[in-house]
Amino acid sequence: MSAESSRVLRALRGFVLAAIAIGSFLAAQERPDRSKPPALAPPPQLNLPSIEKRALSNGVAVWVVEAHEVPIVQVSLVIRAGAGDDPPGRFGTSSLTAAMLDEGAGARSALEIADAIELLGADLSTASGFDASAIRLNVPVAQLDAALAVTADVALRPTFPAADLERLRQERLTALLQARDDPASIAAMAFSRVVFGREHRYGTGAVGTEATVKMLSADDLRAFHAGYYQPTNATFIVVGDVTADAVVPRLEKHFGRWSATGALRKALTVPAAPQLTARQTYIIDKPDAEQSQIRIGWVGVPRATPDFFPLLVLNTVLGGSFTSRLNQNLREEHGYAYGASSAFDMRLSAGPFVAAAGVQTDKTAEAIREFFAELDGIRKPIEQEELAKAKNFIALGFPAEFETSTDLSRQLEELVVYRLPDDYFERYVPNVLAVTAAAVQQAAERDIQPSRFAVVAVGDRKIIEPGVRALNLGPVRVLSVDDALGP
Amino acid sequence: MRLRIALLLVGLAALPASGQSPPPQPLTVAYEQFTLANGLNVILHRDTSVPVASVNVWYHVGSANERPGRTGLAHLFEHLMFEGSAHVAEGEFDTLLEAAGATSNGSTDSDRTNYFIDLPANALELTLFLESDRMGYLLETMAPARVDGQRDVVKNERRQSYENRPYGMASIEIDRMLWPPGHPYSWPTIGSMEDLTAASYDDIVAFFEAYYAPNNASLVIAGDIDLARTRAVVEKWFGEIPRGPSVQPAAAPPAVLTEVRRRTITDQVRLPRLYLAWVTPRDYAPGTAALDVAASVLADGKNSRLYRRLVYETQMAQDVTAVQQPAALGGSFLIVATARPGHTIAEIQTVIDEELDRLSREPPQTREMERVLNQIQASFYRSMERVGGFGGKANQMNAYYVAGASPDFFAEDLARYMSLSATDVQAAAMRWLPPDRRVELIVEPETQR
Repeated sequence: MSAESSRVLRALRGFVLAAIAIGSFLAAQERPDRSKPPALAPPPQLNLPSIEKRALSNGVAVWVVEAHEVPIVQVSLVIRAGAGDDPPGRFGTSSLTAAMLDEGAGARSALEIADAIELLGADLSTASGFDASAIRLNVPVAQLDAALAVTADVALRPTFPAADLERLRQERLTALLQARDDPASIAAMAFSRVVFGREHRYGTGAVGTEATVKMLSADDLRAFHAGYYQPTNATFIVVGDVTADAVVPRLEKHFGRWSATGALRKALTVPAAPQLTARQTYIIDKPDAEQSQIRIGWVGVPRATPDFFPLLVLNTVLGGSFTSRLNQNLREEHGYAYGASSAFDMRLSAGPFVAAAGVQTDKTAEAIREFFAELDGIRKPIEQEELAKAKNFIALGFPAEFETSTDLSRQLEELVVYRLPDDYFERYVPNVLAVTAAAVQQAAERDIQPSRFAVVAVGDRKIIEPGVRALNLGPVRVLSVDDALGP
Repeated sequence: MRLRIALLLVGLAALPASGQSPPPQPLTVAYEQFTLANGLNVILHRDTSVPVASVNVWYHVGSANERPGRTGLAHLFEHLMFEGSAHVAEGEFDTLLEAAGATSNGSTDSDRTNYFIDLPANALELTLFLESDRMGYLLETMAPARVDGQRDVVKNERRQSYENRPYGMASIEIDRMLWPPGHPYSWPTIGSMEDLTAASYDDIVAFFEAYYAPNNASLVIAGDIDLARTRAVVEKWFGEIPRGPSVQPAAAPPAVLTEVRRRTITDQVRLPRLYLAWVTPRDYAPGTAALDVAASVLADGKNSRLYRRLVYETQMAQDVTAVQQPAALGGSFLIVATARPGHTIAEIQTVIDEELDRLSREPPQTREMERVLNQIQASFYRSMERVGGFGGKANQMNAYYVAGASPDFFAEDLARYMSLSATDVQAAAMRWLPPDRRVELIVEPETQR
């Protein structure tokens, strides 16, 4: 009876003053014309949020967007350093640094921080991705000042207590162990490893490996924090029921005396990974699995690619929406999968392009064949109608990206992390609508080259191997989970 | 609209004086409600913060309405609602929506099936055309091949979410143990593979005829809409759909556990996991808010009792969760914990039982109550921002209405929590979480090959 099954991937008191409509005159008369869908009214105007840009006395940038729907404010402190800046051989430093921030800070213990934040009805999270780290506070506006006092300790004065570090280390080691239970996690980790290799930063998840998590010390984390968590490397994004005039003095009070203790550590530039040169297939054995988790792709593009908008449209056609070709083929036409999708994971350096699905074991080879039919097909000219559908889906759906203060804040974080231009939002819809079929095709020819893709299938080898080999996609290697991910 | 103005003023007024406790904020959600002649209940709510809207339909049917041998039918049917209707060719439903910048989804649980379309405000009439066509004219183009297609998809959904997911079979096992044989919650909403295979075109036709009618549905439209115009287009597109037979709500005798039911199953996992489950009152009934708070006192946040002892201090568990799960015919309360390498389920269960015993004997501390209630209050405010999706206002208004409350029950719902005393929480734990009447399920690692 548990709640269930969304379609896509992804009291009993009081009676209502219901105005009972007795067959309105307007409606009773004639039947509506169902012979064709009603035409769309002109698209609504989205009033883009205006960003008020300020700075604290120590140089920390502050972006404020007013949103007065509810008495809540989201305050995110974005640090321009992430797993991409992990020192060589120390994968997981950025991630563990962020995770440790609220495990002891200033004079507060981990339990005291959690207690204070919860008592305020606030939500405080600390996290790090490949390109940036962030401390995100969501709090009822009346409690903002008290919550900022705790947040300032967490962001500026973490103490990295030894016992708490050991606790998080064990938690992470256990999570890495458990990831090997889950075919989807295995497939994602193995795909990164196959495409980027063991040495490249993108070949390993942000958390790192068992070996690196074991070796990280409090000193590693302190050095990362001191080197990157600095006023000139940080931006506040404030969205909610405040004004800039009201909120900046509060931030100044808690963060204005923040100063660097040493030089800003130079951001590491993740090198562009060598591109795959030939197609290769990896079967990772998961005995008796009812499905095979499939990942297909290669090194994609960086966020700064000039092809950003053509690729956005391309991916929407290929695997970025319910009616995309991959989902229509693998789910609707063949019923091999609950859903199929694709994505360009664009980072500061080129992240992966991946097409993905979980498919029933006895249709694994057939499904891989259909994946390649669509990956080859996207390189051919796209019909205008399909192109227009994808462009409209993105452009007309754009306002929904701004609905909540959290949505809006995440959008602004992207501007900060990828140094996007101030008019990025204004130009977004025109940029999408300007994408031509020719531009999509050019991007596809360059960025989708199926003859050089890696294929990872995590499934029941004894059933899927013969069919996968018979596809003649190139060399096939069979690995155990431990072979694929390391001991 | 009242909400926006009221909160704006409060926000501006509150800022200079922050640091003090805020005055209680009204979670006011203005709405208009009417019923069409065919029985369709319609609720409209205007929120113009962003030029989007959500069309949210609940059909008052779920897996509790199924019969043994045809489990999974309500959910399979949900899938077929996206495959086209008399005036919408197969594939066109989502194609038309995406071309308009809209997205759609649906879900099925034991008691209801819900559908939403989140749309740019200019696509309202297109959306109502599509939504009304599948309410009124689904069967005209239904065909056995269409049923077969979604049968395969749903079987793959089951494989992905249950068989092929670590610990995925546990929830199915718990429902079988928690509810008596034949109780409509004893089978999973996803259905058994055998029953999915057996579901026929004729079953689908009969299901539509029995349950999919305007008088067994409720429609909420929330967002950037003109109320009068929206009412007119709702009447235009839905008014002509004929009323269906009246539907008897699913019913079941109260389920009562009289003993501990224990079971151990195995899975391809590395760590053992413990599930404890109890039968609790139906949604919104007395005791349920207190059980929500009890769940948080036990396992939300580092200072919660079970998290602190199991994960923070002794570190014998990797994780622990507690949740009160509401449902129309009876709820359930679930505690789940995973043992770290080197630790046993028995150790963990001892700690859980000590903490349950303490919660049944002593009310939570004032500070524990404050932490939980302040979190709940803030979550109500946060929920006011989004109109669409599974977690938006439109869906919640439909949920309140279907439960028999008014669509703007938000403030009263919050009051159910804010009026709780620590003693209420203790009493609920004592009454509903006894150690000698519950389900104990352990998932053990299979012996590695």
